[in-house]
Parts: sequence; structure tokens; C-alpha cells
Amino acid sequence: MGRYVVRRLLQAIPVLLGTTFLIFAIVYALPGDPLQALAGDRRVDPVFAATMREMFHLNDPLIVRYGYYIRDIFTGDFGMTFRGLPVSTIFEGKFQVTLNLALMALIIEAVVGIGLGLIAALRRGRWSDTGILAITLILVSIPTLVSGFVLQLVLGVQLKTSTGIDFFPVAGIAEGWRSYLIPGAVLAGTSIAYLTRLTRTSLMETLRADYVRTAIAKGMPRRRVLGRHALRNSLIPLVTYLGADLGTLMGGAVITETIFNLPGIGQQLFQSVYLRENSVVVGIVTVLVLIYVLANLIVDLLYAVLDPRIRYE
Amino acid sequence: MKNPSVDTHLLPADNLGTAPLLAVDNLHVEFKTRQGLVRAVNGVSYALHAGETLAVLGESGSGKSVTAQAIMGILDMPPANIPKGEIRFRGTDLLKLSDNARSQIRGQQIAMVFQDALSALNPVFTVGWQIAEMFRVHRGMSKKAAYAKAIELMDRVRIPAARQRVNDYPHQFSGGMRQRIMIAMSIALDPEVLIADEPTTALDVTVQAQIMELLAELQRDSNMAMILITHDLGVVADVADKIAVMYGGRIVENAPVHDVYKNPAHPYTKGLLESIPRVDLKGQELYAIKGLPPNLLDMPTGCAFHPRCPYRQDDCVTDVPPLHEISGTRSSACHYWREVLDGVQG
Amino acid sequence: MSNSTITASPPKHAKSGKGKKPASLWSDAWYDLRHSKVFLFGAALALLLVIVAAFPSLFSPLDAFDKSTCDLARARDGLDATHWFGSDNLGCDTYSRVIYGARVSIIVGIVATLVTSLVGGFLGLLAGFYGRWTDVLLSRVAEIFFAIPSILGALLILAVVGRDNAGIGSVVLALSVLAWPLVLRIMRAAVITTKSQDFVLAARALGAGPIRIMIRHILPNALAPVIVVTTMNLGVFIAAEAGLSFLGVGIQSPDISWGLMIADARNRFLEAPAPLLFPALFLSITVLAFVMLGDAVRDALDPKLR
Repeated sequence: MGRYVVRRLLQAIPVLLGTTFLIFAIVYALPGDPLQALAGDRRVDPVFAATMREMFHLNDPLIVRYGYYIRDIFTGDFGMTFRGLPVSTIFEGKFQVTLNLALMALIIEAVVGIGLGLIAALRRGRWSDTGILAITLILVSIPTLVSGFVLQLVLGVQLKTSTGIDFFPVAGIAEGWRSYLIPGAVLAGTSIAYLTRLTRTSLMETLRADYVRTAIAKGMPRRRVLGRHALRNSLIPLVTYLGADLGTLMGGAVITETIFNLPGIGQQLFQSVYLRENSVVVGIVTVLVLIYVLANLIVDLLYAVLDPRIRYE
Repeated sequence: MKNPSVDTHLLPADNLGTAPLLAVDNLHVEFKTRQGLVRAVNGVSYALHAGETLAVLGESGSGKSVTAQAIMGILDMPPANIPKGEIRFRGTDLLKLSDNARSQIRGQQIAMVFQDALSALNPVFTVGWQIAEMFRVHRGMSKKAAYAKAIELMDRVRIPAARQRVNDYPHQFSGGMRQRIMIAMSIALDPEVLIADEPTTALDVTVQAQIMELLAELQRDSNMAMILITHDLGVVADVADKIAVMYGGRIVENAPVHDVYKNPAHPYTKGLLESIPRVDLKGQELYAIKGLPPNLLDMPTGCAFHPRCPYRQDDCVTDVPPLHEISGTRSSACHYWREVLDGVQG
Repeated sequence: MSNSTITASPPKHAKSGKGKKPASLWSDAWYDLRHSKVFLFGAALALLLVIVAAFPSLFSPLDAFDKSTCDLARARDGLDATHWFGSDNLGCDTYSRVIYGARVSIIVGIVATLVTSLVGGFLGLLAGFYGRWTDVLLSRVAEIFFAIPSILGALLILAVVGRDNAGIGSVVLALSVLAWPLVLRIMRAAVITTKSQDFVLAARALGAGPIRIMIRHILPNALAPVIVVTTMNLGVFIAAEAGLSFLGVGIQSPDISWGLMIADARNRFLEAPAPLLFPALFLSITVLAFVMLGDAVRDALDPKLR
């Protein structure tokens, strides 16, 4: 197990370096002078510009600037914005919002996806299975862009005006965890469909496995064959999928955050791209990639815990 | 001894007399597939008495494993279906029992050893857990007592250092040791019938003999009845009392083991015997049965073996041979069994 | 008549069993597809959308690009006989704009799919076939791109290249840059599996050159999983284009894109939902068509998942 962990950690390092460099390169290849963009139509004072350039290493080659950047990240310093605020203060609170949103989506996804998948697998070939497969088809086909606005209209407005139920806030984060319910469901949409299908195939595959036949031959009651022998094995790919999806959900939250006006990291990123606050953009994407890679790493380790064949490799 | 309060669903152990312990009677099994209906078993009958070992012999697709799975009640239905036949255990037709009653018999009275222990054992549970489960579920034992029993069983099937290995996972054992675990699990509750489905096929030749020896020894010690399913006539001779040879979903020959070796009464059995490598015939070309096993979707008319048969006559193509009784203990499904016995071709 | 002459002639039934044409993966898959309702429905829908994209004027009496057809006095008017889907904030006919918007979606979907499949497929073939450092290098690079969440990455790329040349080309580029590693992975895995099969070893033993082995023997047998992921990608790309255009970094006005229409209608959405809901509906239907196609193709080509 120890060697497995070390190997996975070592494998993650080149990916992290490569990805951050790629982002760094893309952003600093942005055409135009960032200082001029910041100043707008005003003339930039050349002395001030020179100090700024020096301070932000704008005169050094890309690779050197990247070196500085990585060095700073290791000390928890994500740099300064042009307005003189540390980038890390901009992160504050915003990451929490996006994380809350992603976690809510993950919970909804796990409950609904695994639930539907289990039903479909156990009722294979019957109408409930066909119905669930049809639902997944439709869920995959509805982009967040569509489901977001439709749910906002139906639950936030229609439901309130027609029944007086005002349980689902559809903008902002003033209502605590309830504020994340609808956005979470919207963000989870496609993932629910994938997880449902994955659960279905995974359980169907384990139900066909020889060891399930053995459990039946041992005279185990049906409930135990399903609950202990089959489910334990089918869970392995599901946990893997869910873990990896946390990173994807956080990275994909930008549209949902825009629709529901959630002050999260996605919205911040979007604004910063427009304002060309490169240090903020690189910082946000770096942290998201970090989360993504770490989530995958944790999943791999979890995998080893769940599957003894890997643990003792 | 078995605890009667737990075993209420088990079938009674008395009143057997001379009746067989297990009797398969005119069993038919078919599978619905995308290509059509596959008749995997077509009217198979055999009987087994306590303490007896029956070897069921045949190529893959002959229906030998499907018959065994029907006895265990582990066929997936659908696609499988049993349109006709009976499987009587202690006089009761298992096919008429409820699911619950059958699962009480499985593992406790009729147990099974599978071919490939690596896939037949659950990869995410320790071997101890998997053996102990038998005692915990069927006997209501505590975890501790059940593990003690598991270690005892692992000792009994001669797994070295059983106490240390009880918490290991299946993939940490060698193929032979895994098959021993499988056997330990199947004999855990002293079943009356043990079905071993090609128990040595997945193993090295040297290990094969050890496993067969172990099975024979366990069978002698506990007076279990055993059905040994194999495609290899070579492993049968020392272990089995009688042989049922299957071809194309039917039994083609039924006989005490020594009669078969001395003088087979069906051309297929004869072909199988002649294709065993023998020391005394070293240097000669090995005999092989010509042609391919029958396609279950497109069975030959008449006798299923006729396209490959050196004794073939015109009626073999049109008439299905019945199981001719040769003596009280032998029968052969060949129109020309006399010629086969006499070794006269055509 | 002696028995030995009978057995010498090939047994009748063994022959009839063997004589049946061996069903290949492709003919099997084609048979399945022709009999799949999901495929037929998806294909019909996709075909219709492609025709709409190619000849929008056949379906809409008004030219959506002709601003003179807009009438500010009619802004956000409801549905009526001439304006089936109502009018948007600028008083332009929503129906004709929805019809003309299909083109961008279809083009982005198809071109991005082609680019990723060709690039990812080619590199995957190289990585899987040559192995060693070629594989290590290509797989590592793919992994780096793979770790970037796709919307974020596309947002960044579009902010760089799209600022001065916004439009279909930039969107295709942004989507393709991030999606090719997936195709590479799948192609690579399929090639590695195929490479070690007997017929490839036999071809190699017979002296076939590497290029010939790659193209004649490996590629046809490794293609199925790539086709599956390619078909699935179509819908994903179409949805992504709408998302990026919605965020303002994709297609720009005066071009028409469903995502852009949704963004435009957004501020007055709760009072006048029609200009937002109709492009949203068409977007979903388009994605659905390609998802159904992808599903059916996967079922047909990957018998394991049945």
C-alpha cells in the first residue's frame, strides 16, 4: 500500500507542473498590454509602469516567471492583483461557495444516481429499467444552461405564484444550504445520468460474476447475495467516479453560478478573464486543477482501500 | 451435529431405503438466445446413492455443467428454462420447491465446487470471511466461533499455516490452494451431495492429482455422494464408481467405471478412451475423434454423434437411438452398441 | 460400403455449421442499428437538423440576419400566427432566429468532433503502436491537457485567441484542444489490445511493414471504441458551444447562436420566457438527437454493455 501511495503521488507531480505551466502560458500569451488594459484610456505613467513590470516580473521570459510563480505557490502566495490585493483574499469565501455547490451536487448525484441505477439493474429489461434509461437519455441531453433557467422559472416563480411554496431560493446564497438545492441539482444533471448508467452496468456485471453464483450456491439469502456479495464489488467503480466528479463539478460550476447568481469561484474567474487580472485567473485555475488532481489521487487511494487486489499489489 | 432449530427447511434424512439420494429424471433445459432456442439438456436421467461417486463426462456444450447447475438451482432463469423433468432429492422434486426452501438445501445438503476458484471466490472478502459465512448464516454462529470453524476447515483441506492465512484474500493464494479453499467452503456444513464441476481443469497437472486425492479422501471420510463433472477420462478411473457420458445434451452411455474402461458400449466413449495418451502405446499416433462438437442451435438429425461416428449406418441419420439397456447397470444410446462392444466396425 | 469412406467425406452437419457466414463486428453492428428504434429516431432527428442548418431559408420565411425584419415595437411580444415563438428584446422574430441558429451548433459539433477524432485518433494510434518513449511522451502530454476542467480551459483559450477573432473557428479550437486527449486514450488502449492479437503477430511474422500493419490490420480493429466516443462527443460539443456563447466568449453577435440567444433573453427571462425557452428547447433536442445516435452506436459496437 505504501509503495502504491508514493507511486501515485510521484505520478501526480508532472501532471500538476505541466498543467499549471500550460495555463500560465495560455494566460500570459494574452495579446495586449495588461497595464494598458487596466488603465483603460488613460495614459500610463512610464515610471510607474516600469516599477510594476519589475514587480510582476513582466520583463522576464515566460519560463522564469513560471518559476517565480511556482515558488510563490509553495509558500501559499498566489501573487497580487494589479490593485494590490493578495489573490488569496479574493479566493476567500468564493471557494467556499463553489465547494458548497459542488458538494450539494455530489450528494444529489450520489443519492439519485445510485438509487436509480440499482433499481434499473435489479429490474433489468422491465418497464422501470427502460423508463430509467429513457430518463438518463433526457438528462444527458439537457445542458445546464437549459435546466438552470427552466428550474428557476418553474420552481422559483411558477411554484411560488401558484401554490405559495417558497422553499427553493433560485438566486444568491442568502438562504443557507437551501440556496444550493436547485443549483446543485442543475449542476448534477448530466452526472446523475452517467452515474445511473454506471451503477446499472456495474451491478449487472457483478450479478453475472462467478462469485455471485458461488454465494447463491452457498445458500445465501437473496438479500445477502445482493447486499454483501454483489454491491460491495459494484461500489468500487462508483466511488471512483464520484470522487473524480467532485473536481469536474467544481470546474464546471461557472454556468450554474452565472445563472443563479452565486458569488463563487466560477463567476470570479469569468470576471477576471474580462478584466485581464491574469494573476487571479492563473490562481483560480491552478487551485481548481490542484483540486481536480488531488480528487483523482484520493480516489485512487480509496480504490486501493476498496479493492484488496490493488492494496497488496 | 446439525442444529434442528435452524434446519427446519432441510429435507428429512430418513426413509430413504434403497431409493437413490438424488435422481435426475428426464431433465430438459433450454436457453433463449438471440440466435434462437438452445436445447442444452434433452432428457437426461441419472441417479446417485449415498456415498457413491458419479462421473459425468463430456465435451464443453454437452450439457454436463448445465445439468449440475439445474440441480443446484443456480441457472439464470430467464434465459434458462426447464420445460420438463424432475430432480428428486430424498424423494422430493426440487423443481417444485419454493426459492426459500431451495436456498436452504443449497450449501447445506447439496454443495458445489466450481472450476475456477479465482473467479468463484469473492475478491473483496478474506477467505476466512467467506468460509465463516456458511456457519454464520446457516448455523447462526458468532463471528468468533465461525472463524474458528473456518480455520479448522482450512486445516482439514491441508492449507499450511491456516491460522495465519485465514485473513488473506483469494488472490494471495496459489491456484491449488484457492481450490482447497473452495472445497473447504463447500464441505463446511457436511453436505450429502457434493457437485464438483471440473474442479481441476484450471490447475497445473501436478496440482490436479492432489486436488482429486483430497476430494476422494473427503468423500470417503464423510460418506458424501459426489458428482464429478469432467471432460477428462483420465482423472475419473480412480475416483468414480460409475460414469455417465454426455453428448449433445443427452446421456449416451451409463455404466460402472470399470466396464467403461474395459469395453465401452458407445462409439463416442470409445473415441474418448482411445484419445487418452497411454504409456504402453508410446510412439503411436494419438487417436482423435473426427469432426467438431455439435452446434446446439443446429443439432444433427437422428443420433447427434452420427456425423463423427465410425459406426454410422443410414438409420443413425434419421432415428434418435433410445437408451438401450445392456445389463442391470449399463446402458448405451447407440443403435449398434453390440457392434461397438464387439469392436466390429460396419 | 465401408464406413471409412463415409468418414473420409466431410460430415454434412459440421459443414453446414461452418458454412454460415461468420458475422463480423461491423455487419452485426449495422444489423443492430437498423433495428434500433433509438438509432432510427436519433438519426432522423439529426438528419432533419442538418438540413435545417444547411438550408434555413426552407424552414423560415424571414431571414433572421435581416435586421429590417425586427420591430422594436414588438419587443417581447407573445406568440402569434406570424411569430410562432414570439419576439425577443429587440423585436426580432424568435422562430426565424432559432432556425438560423442551428447552423452554428451543427458546424461546431461536427467540425470539433472531426478535429478531435483525427488528432486524438492519430496520436493514439502512434502511442499505442510504437509504445516506449512515443507512448510515454504522448500520454503525459495528454494527461496534462486532460487535467484542465473543460469549460475553464475553453474559457481561457477563448479569452486569448477569441478576443480578436471570435467565432466558430475559435470555439472549435478551444473545444478541440481540450477534448483530443480522451480520444487518444481510447484509441491507444484499443490499439494496445489489438496489437498483441494473433493475426497482427502473424502479419508481422509474414514480413508486413509497420505502416501496413497499422493501417490494414490494427486500425480497422481498434476503430469501434473511437467511433463510439466520437458519436457521443457530438452532443457534448454542441452543449459546450452554447455554454461558451452564453458566457459571452463564444459566438458573437451578429452571428446567431442558441447560447447567445439565451444570454440575450436572460435579463427579462422571468417576464418574457419565450425568447429564452425556444432556443433552449432546440438546443436540448439537438443534443438529444446526437446523444441517441451515440447511445445506439455504442450499444451496437460494444456488445459487452448489453
